[in-house]
Amino acid sequence: MNRAIRHTWMAGTAIFTVLLLALTYVQFFAARSLEAHPWNNRSLYDQFGADRGAILVGGEPKAYSEPSDDDFEYQRVYADPLAYGHLTGYFSLVYGATGLEAALGEELSGASDEQFYDRVVSMFSGDQPRGASVELTIDPELQQQAYDLLQGRKGSIVALDPKSGAILAMVSSPGYDPNELASHDSASVIAASERLNGDPDGPLVNRAIAGDLYAPASTFKVIDTVAALESGKYDRQTQIPNPQELPLPGTDVTLPNYVNGGCAARPQADLEFALEQSCNTPFAQIALDLGEDAIRQTAQNFGYGEPLSVPLQVTPSLFPEELNDSQLALSSIGQYDVRTTPLQVAMTSAAIANDGVQMKPQLVRTVRSSDLSVIDELSPEQLRRSTSADVAATVSDLMVEVVDDGIAGGAAVPGVEVAGKTGTAEIGSEEGLNDAWFTGFAPADDPQVALAVVFEDVDVATGASLTSPSAKQLFEAVLNK
Amino acid sequence: MSTVPAPSSVPAASSAAGTAGPVQKPRRFTELLLLVVAVGIGVGANILVDPERLASENEHILASGLVLGIGSLVLHVVLRLRAKYADPYVLPVVVALNGLGIAMIHRIDLTTDQAAAGSQVLWTAIAMAAAGLVLWFLKDHRVLRRITYICLVLSGVLLLLPLLPGLGLELNGARIWISVGGRTFQPGEVAKITLAVFFAGYLSTNRDLILLAGKKIGPVRLPRFRDMAPMFAAWLIAIGVLVFQRDLGSAILFFGLFLAMIYLATSRLSWIVIGLLLVAAGGFFASQVFGHVAARLDSWLNAFDPEVYNRAPGGSAQIVQGLFGLSSGGMFGQGLGQGRPDLVSYANSDMIITAFGEELGLIGVSAILMLFFLFVTRGFRAALGTRDAFGKLLAAGLSAVIVLQLFVVVGGVTRLIPLTGLTTPFMSAGGSSLLSNWIIAAIVLAISHTARRPVVTGPATEEDLAEVAAYEAALREAAARDAQERAERRERRAARRTGDRAEDDSARDTGDDATAAQPAVPPTTAQAAAVDAAATEALSATGPGGRRTAADIPHGSDADGGTPTEAMSRLTDQGGHGPRSTENGGAS
Repeated sequence: MNRAIRHTWMAGTAIFTVLLLALTYVQFFAARSLEAHPWNNRSLYDQFGADRGAILVGGEPKAYSEPSDDDFEYQRVYADPLAYGHLTGYFSLVYGATGLEAALGEELSGASDEQFYDRVVSMFSGDQPRGASVELTIDPELQQQAYDLLQGRKGSIVALDPKSGAILAMVSSPGYDPNELASHDSASVIAASERLNGDPDGPLVNRAIAGDLYAPASTFKVIDTVAALESGKYDRQTQIPNPQELPLPGTDVTLPNYVNGGCAARPQADLEFALEQSCNTPFAQIALDLGEDAIRQTAQNFGYGEPLSVPLQVTPSLFPEELNDSQLALSSIGQYDVRTTPLQVAMTSAAIANDGVQMKPQLVRTVRSSDLSVIDELSPEQLRRSTSADVAATVSDLMVEVVDDGIAGGAAVPGVEVAGKTGTAEIGSEEGLNDAWFTGFAPADDPQVALAVVFEDVDVATGASLTSPSAKQLFEAVLNK
Repeated sequence: MSTVPAPSSVPAASSAAGTAGPVQKPRRFTELLLLVVAVGIGVGANILVDPERLASENEHILASGLVLGIGSLVLHVVLRLRAKYADPYVLPVVVALNGLGIAMIHRIDLTTDQAAAGSQVLWTAIAMAAAGLVLWFLKDHRVLRRITYICLVLSGVLLLLPLLPGLGLELNGARIWISVGGRTFQPGEVAKITLAVFFAGYLSTNRDLILLAGKKIGPVRLPRFRDMAPMFAAWLIAIGVLVFQRDLGSAILFFGLFLAMIYLATSRLSWIVIGLLLVAAGGFFASQVFGHVAARLDSWLNAFDPEVYNRAPGGSAQIVQGLFGLSSGGMFGQGLGQGRPDLVSYANSDMIITAFGEELGLIGVSAILMLFFLFVTRGFRAALGTRDAFGKLLAAGLSAVIVLQLFVVVGGVTRLIPLTGLTTPFMSAGGSSLLSNWIIAAIVLAISHTARRPVVTGPATEEDLAEVAAYEAALREAAARDAQERAERRERRAARRTGDRAEDDSARDTGDDATAAQPAVPPTTAQAAAVDAAATEALSATGPGGRRTAADIPHGSDADGGTPTEAMSRLTDQGGHGPRSTENGGAS
């Protein structure tokens, strides 16, 4: 009988081996595919059941998790949702996460590499692992002011610290309320989403970095000026013909100068005058003279065509290729197919302000684990040298003139040297509406902030009354601190 | 009638000088140390599932800690007193598994508003008390052999109980519960033990007849129908009732037990093959005839079919969610209290393995399986070591039940086989399961005690000889007293013979003669008496200075009926019993 007992034991051993192999298959080899299975809502429950870290601005939480009584343990709540909605994004059961909720998902949920030690500790202590909180670089007063200045119109404002790259304000208007989309009531979330997506003003779009892209219009002349100075063919005094209309080569249309400026006063213009009054024809001639590649290269030096994450994904700005002369002429004044984001425009000014060195724009100041120890901190990062310090200094001077004597006078702040450039993008609207721009920085000798302001669908007068004065208020807000 | 106190077995244990070769130590201290570890695991797990409540609401942790700790200690003391050679690993393994089970049930209570942990702690106390009583009163497991047929009847009754109207309770399509005073009980869990006892008792008595009698057809010798009839009756009761009760898991379990024990008794693989063919035929038949069996098969094979998944009841959602749970545990698990085992239905009973897989990972659930493997291995070890066929069959059979149950449970949740509702021994929420598995552990402990208890062989010491001499002197004295009494009665009869009838007296005489030949061992059956007489003759033949064998020495006054069995099993079972110095097989 002992032989039979031994054999039965061996059969038992075989059964245990098979069971261990089956468990190994399910828990190791098939684990990934099972976790990715569409019926598997565990990761969702995991995310929504965890105490996610807060997104803080100036020490105040703008996105945070509150204990909830429903199936999920926590409800995400957004404070000042309209001003911050495009930054925080939403954390939705139905639509997943967007904005920083997505970009910083690992940190906020406690799953980043830096938090590995915390996870190990909580594994042994049995504590619920908690996500890290993230403090943004945003200046809360500036952000709110920028949102208010946009008055609910379509537009965007971006403010950067040119020396560190820290993003001080980033507003897209109109705003939306992420609380509506983060609700655990799926039906109301779906209804809200359909309403927001159907809104012709596109409130869900973050125009600052990821909108349909704008034509930079005359703000692009800053890049033309850099290209001209870098070529060595032009300096501040070089006289360029300044006809009121420039026939576009190969076409029967002409490129007119900016009607509201003082361009008509001089048939010949140097760079200073051309930029001050934003005369189109001198820049078109410079572009035709330097060629498409030189302009595009300069644009690239300022970040056109380059991918960027702040850590929100920024849509790369575009300078078109294979242009004929008329297209190049139009492109040189930021029309035709040149497309940009307000962040790119602000980055261009910031590079000029920072002696030609472009700093990487960043939104995250500190990441703190749940025990408040800092696990990541903003470290200013040089993105690229956009131009030489000399050229940057020259362009900076020229941009100061634009505010002092030129058409961006509305941005002038008493007692402070403000550099700036306006732009009016013709968008082909029948009512003569444009996208109105301002970009610049202040103070010119010790830049604290670089700005881009854009209002969509405004007539010229309204644009002028909105952009530069808005910039003035923002400059004052930063400089009076 | 006079009885002679047999020499106790204690001298054999204490007189190490008289034994040669390795001697099993009681190892109760090892057990105590391991028990501390096991209780620590149980209490630690209960704390870890929700450390934040430790300060405010600790009644559960206190209660479970007290039950596990005091229960372990009491059982340990019982073992010291009544079965000190019992296997030292079995009890700690069971305590650890039970403690982990309570922790997981408590943990699932916390997220699902159930309150199963309190009743589980209560049942743990009841089950441990039952195990203690079994160990206290079952000093020799061979007593169970006497109730072989009672167990058959009991099994039948237990399995039929849930079918009684008013008493039986149908839950989730299976009618395997009874409800008494608001509490539910699964009698089938206890039937697992009674059936094992019946199989062991029946097969240990009749295995020779099953093996040797009957016609030989080709290479297969078919046993006579009447030798196998009670076995088939038991099998039919189990399977038949379970078909009506719609509990596939238990049916597989009982049939597997039936097959394993026939194989253990006969060493004939052909029985297994026949049995598996019967399973295949029965399974096919059941899947064609019974809708619930077909649904089980469908949700196994097509678990990821949306239609099957969403079918209610009987869809594959439970197994699929269980697989998701296991996979989310991965290698290291989410950590106790940090997964979502509540997403799986019946997470604290049938699916508790997935809860452990999720929170402790592959490593943790493998460790739990290794604990079961250790338990089962010690059970088979006890079966190897014990000397009587009944004990061998019972220990091996009960161990096989645990293996089969785990196979059904773990195989089910990993989708190796169709998922059928069975509890995980010692872990799942459920009083009947806990109670019967603790009783199984107690029986295995009792058998392991007889397996590991040293038996003296080799040259006897002076003390042994003196003891034997005293025993034989007592026997002679008893015989003499008997003879004297008989002589006196004869004289009285002779005195009365003058005028009285005497037919009855001669009949009484022969009866008295038989009793005199068996002074210490009252026979249970005529057959046993005959064998026992032979054994007693062998004892007197060896005489002082000869070799003693286990079968020759009665273990104690309560060892009646066992000795002939041993002698019989020694006659038929030659495997592995060479000229050894100890009979316990060197169990470690």
